[in-house]
Amino acid sequence: MSLTSLVLSVLMIGAVYFFMGQRLITRYRSLGKAKAHSLPHYHGLWAALTSILPGLILLVIWSIGDDFLFKQMVKDFYPTEILSMGTMDQAVVRAKIMNVVEGIAFGTPEPWIQAAGEAWISWKSTSDLALTVLAIAVSVGSGFCGYRQINPEFRSRNNVERILLWALALSSMVAILTTLGIVLSVLFESIRFFKLVPPQDFLLGLEWNPQFEGAERAGSGGGTATYGMLPMFVGTFLISAIALFVAVPVGLFASIYLAEYATTRVRAVVKPLLEILAGVPTVVYGFFAALTVAPFVKSVGESMGLEVASESALAAGLVMGVMIIPFISSLSDDVINAVPQALRDAAYGLGSTKSETVRQVVLPAALPGIVAAVILAVSRAIGETMIVVMAAGLAANLSFNPLDAVTTVTSQIVTILVGDQEFESAKTLSAFALALILILITLSLNFLALQVVKKYREQYD
Amino acid sequence: MTDTPKGALSPKEAAKYVAGSIAARNRSESWFQFWGRSAIALALAFLILLFVGILSQGIPGMFQHYVILEVELHKDRLDPQGNMSEDSLYAGDAGGLVNEAIMRALDDPQGRKQKRAARSIMSSGSALRLNHFLKDNLDLIGQTVTVKFAVDDDIDSFLRGFITRETPDADRRINNAVIAFVDKLSADGRISYEFSDYLFTGSASRNAEIAGIKGALVGSIWTLLVCILIAFPLGVGTAIYLEEIAPKNRFTEIIEININNLAAVPSVVFGIMGLAIFIVFFGLPRSIPLVGGIVLALMTLPTIIISSRAAIRAVPPSIRDAALGVGASRMQTIFHHVIPLAMPGILTGTIIGMAQALGETAPLLMIGMVAFIVDVPSGMLEPATALPVQIFMWADFAERMFIQKTSAAIIVLLAFLITMNAGAIILRKKLERRW
Amino acid sequence: MMSNEQLINTKQKMEDRLIPDHTVGNIYVENARMSARKVNVYYSDKQALDDVNLDIGSSQVIAFIGPSGCGKSTLLRCFNRMNDTIDGCRIEGEIKIDKDDVHDPAIDVVSLRARVGMVFQKPNPFPKSIYDNIAYGPRIHGLAATKVDLDNIVQYALHRAGLWAEVKDRLDKPGTGLSGGQQQRLCIARAIAVSPEVILMDEPCSALDPIATAKIEELIHELREQYTIVIVTHSMQQAARVSDRTAYFHLGKLVEVGETTQVFTNPQHELTQDYITGRFG
Repeated sequence: MSLTSLVLSVLMIGAVYFFMGQRLITRYRSLGKAKAHSLPHYHGLWAALTSILPGLILLVIWSIGDDFLFKQMVKDFYPTEILSMGTMDQAVVRAKIMNVVEGIAFGTPEPWIQAAGEAWISWKSTSDLALTVLAIAVSVGSGFCGYRQINPEFRSRNNVERILLWALALSSMVAILTTLGIVLSVLFESIRFFKLVPPQDFLLGLEWNPQFEGAERAGSGGGTATYGMLPMFVGTFLISAIALFVAVPVGLFASIYLAEYATTRVRAVVKPLLEILAGVPTVVYGFFAALTVAPFVKSVGESMGLEVASESALAAGLVMGVMIIPFISSLSDDVINAVPQALRDAAYGLGSTKSETVRQVVLPAALPGIVAAVILAVSRAIGETMIVVMAAGLAANLSFNPLDAVTTVTSQIVTILVGDQEFESAKTLSAFALALILILITLSLNFLALQVVKKYREQYD
Repeated sequence: MTDTPKGALSPKEAAKYVAGSIAARNRSESWFQFWGRSAIALALAFLILLFVGILSQGIPGMFQHYVILEVELHKDRLDPQGNMSEDSLYAGDAGGLVNEAIMRALDDPQGRKQKRAARSIMSSGSALRLNHFLKDNLDLIGQTVTVKFAVDDDIDSFLRGFITRETPDADRRINNAVIAFVDKLSADGRISYEFSDYLFTGSASRNAEIAGIKGALVGSIWTLLVCILIAFPLGVGTAIYLEEIAPKNRFTEIIEININNLAAVPSVVFGIMGLAIFIVFFGLPRSIPLVGGIVLALMTLPTIIISSRAAIRAVPPSIRDAALGVGASRMQTIFHHVIPLAMPGILTGTIIGMAQALGETAPLLMIGMVAFIVDVPSGMLEPATALPVQIFMWADFAERMFIQKTSAAIIVLLAFLITMNAGAIILRKKLERRW
Repeated sequence: MMSNEQLINTKQKMEDRLIPDHTVGNIYVENARMSARKVNVYYSDKQALDDVNLDIGSSQVIAFIGPSGCGKSTLLRCFNRMNDTIDGCRIEGEIKIDKDDVHDPAIDVVSLRARVGMVFQKPNPFPKSIYDNIAYGPRIHGLAATKVDLDNIVQYALHRAGLWAEVKDRLDKPGTGLSGGQQQRLCIARAIAVSPEVILMDEPCSALDPIATAKIEELIHELREQYTIVIVTHSMQQAARVSDRTAYFHLGKLVEVGETTQVFTNPQHELTQDYITGRFG
């Protein structure tokens, strides 16, 4: 049976137990026996859960585990010379075997591969059959045990609630598992990368040329790949700086105007409009940057006699800045509104004009919150992907000129990892090393912002 | 107060100084307001520019030019095996029939060049369209019917005026012979400009005139379905656990820090994790909505958790006390009272999270949902692409018509997002509760 | 037994009878510094003040008393147009300082507030140093040409507020670090530093303990020679202790005004009598 229908069957068995459990306890009640401890549906749920949970757990473990087992077992078919080869070649061999399993034939495979593939198919069918029998047996059996426990004194509700409690606790673990998954997956591949490329070359190298197939540029050092990340970091910071140069003044002034000057009606119209800007997907911004802004920047620059790359950092940075405006404005709006009205009253009472109150009283008081907002905006700009992939180009120029084409960490990650990749090459692994640096930067910025906000809170509490 | 120092001004003197300062201060006040207004004007101008840009390209992108031809639904040629199966239709000669129809409409041009020019007017998807027409109108078989076919994208560009007659013949993508034929078709009233049915029913194609978003849209729906099925229970469960059950200790603090950090991780990193864990480690296939949905769910989890926690926290303790006071268990209190009251806030957060997931592109690129997939996915285990990824791919094509189709696809995406966000706002307004 | 409706009607009639159309007592003084004529204030559609006429005499302390929501703070905030900062607030009538109408477009609200200082219910020092708190007003208004002038003003204001001895060694420490009573005196010093003619005090002691309250009252006593002071208070004892005149407000109307001793010993109006004998409020 396929996995989907097996899951459905287990659920069906559970449903049957639910009704059986419910009926059993109602029968007890109608017989005039003692009042049941729990309501009938709790008894039903108890019977259903005792049947479904073991069944589903078995299904999950089995279907993850069988592939790992087969991968070990299939090694018996390998000729000795392949066993001594590197992991990469083993992966290639396994792919060939899998082709046989899936029935995709590229020419005639070697006999041993054919044999291994056929063995795999037979293991798979045995395993599927075993799983079907076992899963149904387990859920029927353990469900029956649960069903047998049901009697008026049985504390079904407490047991069901305990299971629920565990489910809730487990779901909160997912956040930790995700973080762990991110860190470990990136860390392991990065370590493998640093075995191939020394960390100092990566961190301090001035040239990035991971040898894109078929796109080797002239004069790139005779085809040897170099993995110096500095050009990309310069590019990332250049674009982020342009973005913040747009977003911070516009976002801040907009939020000040909305919080301190605008009438309720203007606020009610403008705020949602700014939020629309925040809801536009980044791929749309990227399209807009590549199609409209970049040519516009180029033509304006050229009419002024400047040399502008068609995928200039300026265009990508400008559009990214627009994307970040609502982020800055809504965060600073929050902190500006959090400044107590009493402080404003004090300033007005002394005869301050509105702008004096804002500049000399409100903004200094809100400064930590605004700083935190800007830090978060930096983090967002550095991690932004689609705009730079679509509008910033791939040329790893080490340049601080906003009119040049530069590349960024995220756009390199995408370029390297999109499409099929050999997982063992330094080129592929370099993307994970880049991601590691990206995570470290964004997390430390996040940490910094939290610290600033914490300080700010202490000041007011 | 005998030691009072001098230096205080009398109110009269002070008033004089104040009066002297006012002009300059009012000027700086006006400037400040001017900067505030300019900032808002600038932000709104960007918004307008963005939307005008997209709409001005996208609305024409929702329409395209068709050529109307009379085609004979010749049974034997369309369906040589006579059983209307895919194979039979594929083996049939729909292309030939369309070809004959266009030749007839152009009064049977002679010569290889002329014939090629006539054929080049038709979209390469015309044969398929005739087959679809046949399937939908089995009763018309054997008759001669009028069918609308898409014109080739170059012809469409010409009809929209992007390719001009003034350009020298050699530099033009379509030559004079073709233009002459198009003129004749126009004069005969055979060219029509109407709503593009390919946009919503077509799938990925390299030919702009027959490319559509159906496959991507269905892929997005499957992905979002997986995403919500995972993210909603996990997110709400975590929120309940942290707000209502967990003791405040080191462990829950770690969970909270984790959630905050996850909210700050760039989306592309979630994609990398999905690639490394689900595809490489667990060996799940690439490009499937299941993996895409899981990755997006993990990405939107912080949004849902944070808003759900806020909603749960907003339920006053008196309601919990009331429920516990009549003898409800803690779980009954949570699930019968707290969660229903917090539901508007939870749903609002979920919708916003789903909107975020719908617009997300980068993580899907990482797990291979960027492949060129023609078929409409029929499950969460079939290769698929998603709407934003489709936009990303189309944006790369240089053809004029693709720019418009991309913009049209963006309009569809934005329409979904705006509907979702408006739904969230309405929900919040409507179910807003005051205690 | 009356029906509910009748009950409400009767109550309404009683109120109508009790609240006079015209204020009892003398609203006029000889040398008025500020005056309010036919002042009506509305918050959105709710009327907060109803046809109030009152003079504020120079170098006098006048106390506004009355139950919560009677409009006394509203009138206070009209004198320096602090109501401008509240959305949906509308003011009718005429308020004059000396001969100038405060709502005259020629009068800048900034210069008005420099002439009419204000002290708020809760001490609200800026999150800046003690020195900067006092220096803020003189700085924005350009009252001090040199650093020495500014130092003098700060020192003078702190002396006047009786705070100098307590803070002279920590002028660079944050004003928020002071005790509640000190903070409130800091706020008074801050108001004095601008050299106002009138100081408005909106329940300045409501957030303070009795000892701090006593100090503020003492301070008000000293300041009356030089400034015109309007104080809103909930405490009748305080009004009796510090003020020369007292005005009693009820439901947005000015019910009675007169010399403090007279109002407290021999109130003319039934409502005033009830209030000061503690029958309600």
